Formats: sequence, C-alpha cells, structure tokens
Amino acid sequence: MESLFGKTLAQLTQIAINNGLPKFTGRQMAEWLYKKQIANISDMTNIAKQGRERLEVKYTVGLTPPIKVQTSTDGTKKYLYTHGSRGFIEAAYIPDDDRATLCVSSQVGCKMGCLFCMTGKQGFQTHLTAGEILNQIRSLPERDQLTNVVYMGMGEPLDNPDEVLQSLEVLTAGWGYAWSPKRITVSTIGIIPAMKRFLSESDCHLAISLHTPFEDERRKLMPIENVYHLHDVIDAVKEWDWTHQRRISFEYIVFGGLNDTPRHVNELVRILNGIKCRINLIRFHPIPDTPLHGTDEATLQYFKTRLNEKGVLCTIRASRGQDIYAACGLLSTKELMSHEQKDY
Amino acid sequence: MVTIALSVNGPKRLYSIASGEPEAVMSVIFDIKPEGALTPPFALIKPGDTIFCSQPQGSFLGSEEPAFWIASGTGIAPFRSMFRTGLSSNKTLIHGGRFLYSFYFQDELIAMKHNYIRCCTQESGAGIFEGRLTRYLRETPLPVLGFKYYLCGSAEMVVDTRDLLISRSIPFENIISEIYF
Repeated sequence: MESLFGKTLAQLTQIAINNGLPKFTGRQMAEWLYKKQIANISDMTNIAKQGRERLEVKYTVGLTPPIKVQTSTDGTKKYLYTHGSRGFIEAAYIPDDDRATLCVSSQVGCKMGCLFCMTGKQGFQTHLTAGEILNQIRSLPERDQLTNVVYMGMGEPLDNPDEVLQSLEVLTAGWGYAWSPKRITVSTIGIIPAMKRFLSESDCHLAISLHTPFEDERRKLMPIENVYHLHDVIDAVKEWDWTHQRRISFEYIVFGGLNDTPRHVNELVRILNGIKCRINLIRFHPIPDTPLHGTDEATLQYFKTRLNEKGVLCTIRASRGQDIYAACGLLSTKELMSHEQKDY
Repeated sequence: MVTIALSVNGPKRLYSIASGEPEAVMSVIFDIKPEGALTPPFALIKPGDTIFCSQPQGSFLGSEEPAFWIASGTGIAPFRSMFRTGLSSNKTLIHGGRFLYSFYFQDELIAMKHNYIRCCTQESGAGIFEGRLTRYLRETPLPVLGFKYYLCGSAEMVVDTRDLLISRSIPFENIISEIYF
C-alpha cells in the first residue's frame, strides 16, 4: 500500500480528489500527519468515516519505527531502520548542550564511491522516498528535542533530489512541520545541476564535501571529480547570493600527509576567495582497508589557525559517536545486506 | 560524458561516450530500465528524431600510459571509446558481466586478444573466465608500480575492486574511477 506520510499538500489534495473526497481533505490529512502526528488513517477523526475507510483501502500512514539503537559513551545514538524486505538505513542522533541534531540518510547505500567513506563500500541499493527520509525524524524517540537536521547520513542527497526536496518542503512548509530552513543543512559532493536546483527551490543551508582544493588529488579521493570538476562547483556557488542568512560550509576531512599542508591552506584561501563561508575540518575516522590516515592533532590545529589568520572562518568538528560507528563517514549497513545482486 | 535528454525541460541523464575521439558520430550505450524515465523512450528513437545533448564533460580520459581497464556492464563505454581512439596497445581490459550478452562490443574488443578478459558470473562460454572479475583479479599477478588502473561501473564494483587493488599494495593514486549515477 502507498504511504501518505511524506506527501506534500498538493499530493494529499490530489489523493483526496482522486478518492472522491472534498478537496479540503488534503489539508486535513496534512494536519493529522504533520501537526498531530497520528499513526493511523482511522485516527483522522475530522474526516468522514466513509472517507477514511476509502483511504484505508489504498493507503497507509507508512511509519516505520527503528528496530535497533546503539548508544555511544558521548550520548550519540545510532538508529537502524528497515527498508523494504532486505535494506537498512541508519540515522545518528547527536545531542550537544542546548542543541540536538539528527543526521538523516537519503539513500540505501551510495553510488559515489568516495575512498574515505564506509557507506560507499556497500554500493548503492535504492533511493529513499521523502516519507522514508522524514520517517527517520518522525519515528525518532527524541524527536521533540531536535533542533537541527543535517542530510549527511547514508547516500548523496543531491543524487536523489526529487525526494530530498519534497522532504524539505514537508519539513519547512506551514502546512507541514513548519521548521525554519535555517535549522536544516543539506550536504553534497557537488552534483552541480541538482545543487543549483536545491539552491533555487529551497532556503536550507548547503554543505559541500571538498576535502582538497586540488582537482588531481580530489579525483583520487572522490570519483565525482571526474564528472563535475571542483572549479565548476565553486563557480556555481559564487553565482549565488550568500549575503543573507543562508549559509554555505565546506567539509574537509583532514588526512595526514595528503591534504594538510600549507600549500593546501593557500589554495583553499585562493579558491574560496569571495565566498562568505565556513570550513569544517573533520577528523578522519578510519575504515577497513583504507590507505588513508588522519592527521595529527597539532597539524589539525595549525591548519585551522592558518585558515583563520588568512580570513577563512574555520572550525574543527567534534567527533561524535565513533565508538558505535555513527561518526562522519562511518554509517553502513553492508553487513546486513544480501550479496546476490552484484552485476559483475 | 554527455548529458542527454529527450526534451528541453525533460529528465536528463549522464552517459559515458562509447565512440572514439576521431569519429564523426558519437555513441553511448544504455541498458533499458523498465522503470527508468529515459531509457525506455530512448529504445524507441528512430533515425531523424531529435534528442538534446550537452557538450562533452568530465576527465575520465585515456592516456598512452600502460594501464588496466576494468569495467562492469555498461561501464565498458569509456574503454570502448579509448579503444577506438587508439589507446589500447599497452592496456589490459577486464570486463565483468552476469550473462554472455553482457559483453557489449566484444566483437570489436576481441582484437585486444589475450589482453581482453571477460568474466561471467552466471553463464559459461569459450574463452570466458567463470566468476566475478574481482576473483579474476585476486587470482592474477598484478603489477604494483608503473601501471594505472581505470575502473568504471557500478559503485559496488568500483569500491570492491579498489579495495582489492589497494590490498595488493597498488597505490590509490594510481586508481582512477568513474561511477554510474
């Protein structure tokens, strides 16, 4: 049966019309799904009983609770959700003083194959629907404490732009969750057409996975560089007006001896010149069989200091949930997968 | 790569170019995905129909350097392009597929003789290695230095093969990948 959860007001209105219900039933459904947070169509008590029964023939609300939670010593929690009969996704809940951030997944697996990422090692299984993305928020036990959502879990969000943008609409619309877009950040490795669409159709913050300012190095870490070159990504970013409240940040995992030199600092300053942005330095969390290793703490601090001295706002992101494999780049459900479908 | 669409505002997808640089006609290869937005109508295109195509982009290009070309499925496209550009003399092409019909362009690529290896997981045939291409690589001596390794195919093939090559001490700097998406 088709899920109602995750549908936009326009889609719910169309469903109402298609099922012989008054047009305003669409808005009533949105109210029940996103404001009153019901779990069953039968709970939509201001819709006529006959109408509810008609909806129940074809539709379900479509919520899926997590099947497992792991808790880190630092308070981070990793939730596991099933997807279909064989797929799994993970979401990381990260409490921090007066903030609580949920890192959501947008795909089962990932196609991008970045050398440093655990998700990429399981290949790509499928896109998540808007409802499946939002379910990670709705079904989270701590959902009422959430202050921020980041699309930085499994998958490349802008490889799934239709569903990601739909989920953002539900999250930010007045008829939906009415969250401020300033509480939401979407990360991308730089799929330019979808990035431009995201910038046009949403007001949420953008984070770009950069990891080195040199294209010849980047293509060895991130196969996407063979398709969309970094200088084109930066040019697309520079075309956008970042002087208002919308923020852009660049994610930079710091690898020892690879991208942590003064030459990298200088090139970062050069390519980001003119963009009001922040660089988030991220400690590398080693994954199996990787030839990469993280930089040492002194170099990390020096790197940050040099960027700040040169006028580029730079912070070091605290590593959270590393002991439960919930930290940046570690989400993976590969061990839970069947291996029958390989194409080679 | 090129971006192809059937209408100006319609869905667009990236495809690797499968023809050689000197050729007057550009070709791509695609699997028909019944649920896909583009490939079912692509299969119905007739000579004279209009499609919309971008300028070529990307940097997954061949070179004169000795290399292994490793592909799965339609990931053969860029290597067929390199082959037809005349870059195959010091290359070994390893192509993985599930069925014997998966070895697109094999009638041409067979000209690479013993440097053209087909690995098939579901069927057997003369001159075909039975098993995954990763098994072939695992069982074959591979040069550590002096060779580039170009990979093109599904994300799973690319990451599995890359991990295997790295485990064989091949520097990751010498592994260049192109992914489907």
